[in-house]
Amino acid sequence: MRLRRLELADIRSYDRVAVDLGPGVTILVGQNAQGKTNLLEAVQRAATGSSHRVAGDGPLVRFGTEIGIIRCEVVTDEGRRRTLDLEIGTGRRTRTRVDGQDVQRAAQAAGVLRVVLFAPEDVAIVRGDPSERRRFLDDVLAQRRPAFAAARSEHDRALRQRNQLLKQIRGLTGSSRDAAMSSLDVWTEQLITHGTQIIAARIAAIRTLAGPVDRFYRDLADRPEPIGLTYRCSAGDDVDGRLDPASSGGSTMVPETAPIAQAMRRTFAARQREETARGLTLVGPHRDDLDLTIGELPARGYSSHGEAWSLALALKLATYEVLAEVGDRPIVLLDDVFAELDTTRRQRLAAACAGFDQVLVTAAVEADVPLEGAKIDVELLDGRTRLRPRDLGAPPAATDGSVAS
Amino acid sequence: MYEGAVQDLIDELGRLPGVGPKSAQRIAFHLLQTENTDAQRLADAITTVKATIRFCTRCWNIAEAEECRICRDTRRDGSVLCVVEEPRDVVAIERTREFQGRYHVLGGAISPIDGIGPDDLHLKELVARLDAEPVDELILAMNPNVEGEATASYLSRLLAPLGVRVTRLASGLPVGGDLDYADEVTLGRAFSGRRDIP
Ligand SMILES: [Zn+2]
Repeated sequence: MRLRRLELADIRSYDRVAVDLGPGVTILVGQNAQGKTNLLEAVQRAATGSSHRVAGDGPLVRFGTEIGIIRCEVVTDEGRRRTLDLEIGTGRRTRTRVDGQDVQRAAQAAGVLRVVLFAPEDVAIVRGDPSERRRFLDDVLAQRRPAFAAARSEHDRALRQRNQLLKQIRGLTGSSRDAAMSSLDVWTEQLITHGTQIIAARIAAIRTLAGPVDRFYRDLADRPEPIGLTYRCSAGDDVDGRLDPASSGGSTMVPETAPIAQAMRRTFAARQREETARGLTLVGPHRDDLDLTIGELPARGYSSHGEAWSLALALKLATYEVLAEVGDRPIVLLDDVFAELDTTRRQRLAAACAGFDQVLVTAAVEADVPLEGAKIDVELLDGRTRLRPRDLGAPPAATDGSVAS
Repeated sequence: MYEGAVQDLIDELGRLPGVGPKSAQRIAFHLLQTENTDAQRLADAITTVKATIRFCTRCWNIAEAEECRICRDTRRDGSVLCVVEEPRDVVAIERTREFQGRYHVLGGAISPIDGIGPDDLHLKELVARLDAEPVDELILAMNPNVEGEATASYLSRLLAPLGVRVTRLASGLPVGGDLDYADEVTLGRAFSGRRDIP
């Protein structure tokens, strides 16, 4: 798919811009802090429902203004035109419109615009906390299956309820404690119902990603060692997240949920005392991890700088591949990554880009990007970002787009 | 902080569901600037509703008498009870015209975040009704969200030993939503396709 036109009004450093984008590579060139990343962030937010930089939508709205608008015009692989509009207000729910129609839940907008973003922060998938790897998997899943985002939000809601109940139980004694305990089971069952869906989906995602990640890593790294992906489940090691051809039938099937539910139920029972003592849910997808190994060693603690970058990049290229398997080919967003790579890896990434429908690249130094493509200069003037498309003597005025509010 | 009476009004408004401190302030100042008659009409409406409307002593639906219109209607089938969270769910289900039985309104759903536990719902009253009335089937029509599901599963455990048939509205309702968001056709279908809870 392709993003044909992007309009921003009062988003981050943009007051009003509209930019038409062609197929292939577009390079946004500008010094740091001019607003390049803000543009990719807006596209990422529209596509996935969250920004790679902040948790809530509020900070996306330009400082001092009340409402920001992100408007995307997309052309699908089949040539259909679709629109995705976001109206982001400070202190209220973001309003989303798909093809001009309001949608009630963010999940309904999932898949309209598909992106794979690679940014310097993504090295944290390899080296950071488990939460980074969970988010990586969940982002892949939310884009691969629209229903996943809904399952995730149901789970998160049930988790907040159960944690609250555990906190209440911790402070109670006697009969009021018994009364509160009497409803703990139903929340445990809610977590199991939604949690097994998420765990099964993540294991399936790992099984699907494993091959491509290994292949891309061998392409990118200096020493082509095998990459291992294992799901580390808080419900116990017998929840099998390994790519074990014997247990998975050698395929990339979604695992049975019944054994996962059983393992969760057993672990919940075993840890109930600890949970009520700490006032915290200790079992479920929110406590799980994706173990990454390079050769025999855990990537988190033992990878070199180059290995960590190669693996992070391999994970992202594999994401592109598994997303493209089901539905439209995603748009690739590369945020300031060429500067972080050595010459060899730059060349290899550039070679991969040749296979993508549309790539939006940001760079401070043009020469860092060994790619041909349209160029747009990005510059901050009077606190507002201006975009100047550079090719074919086009008028440098594509910045005053018509963004109706 | 404002002068006594204004601050009292802001505090009271701030206690209403969905009204934050900022909105409370805005509403208070709006009321200060409106005509006396308009403000009086609002005050009267609140007083009247509190004086004349109460909850049905049998099903906890909104009633203008001891019992609500539905409980008093002898044509309704007393052998089937539909258990809902709020009076507005009764209205949503009545709109479908699919259901001829009577209701039991719980007054909410289990939600620790909102400080609502099973004891805060009209559960004991429901169990008492099963003793006193010839009920064969209970249809659990909680909202299709995690609180609704948790409440339904708590109820079905509570009711299992009593030997009454318990069914749950069929899925197909929008997940995470409220019953009164569901359109009539979907909600009607959910009724006819209800399933037994094992
Ligand atoms: Zn009644």
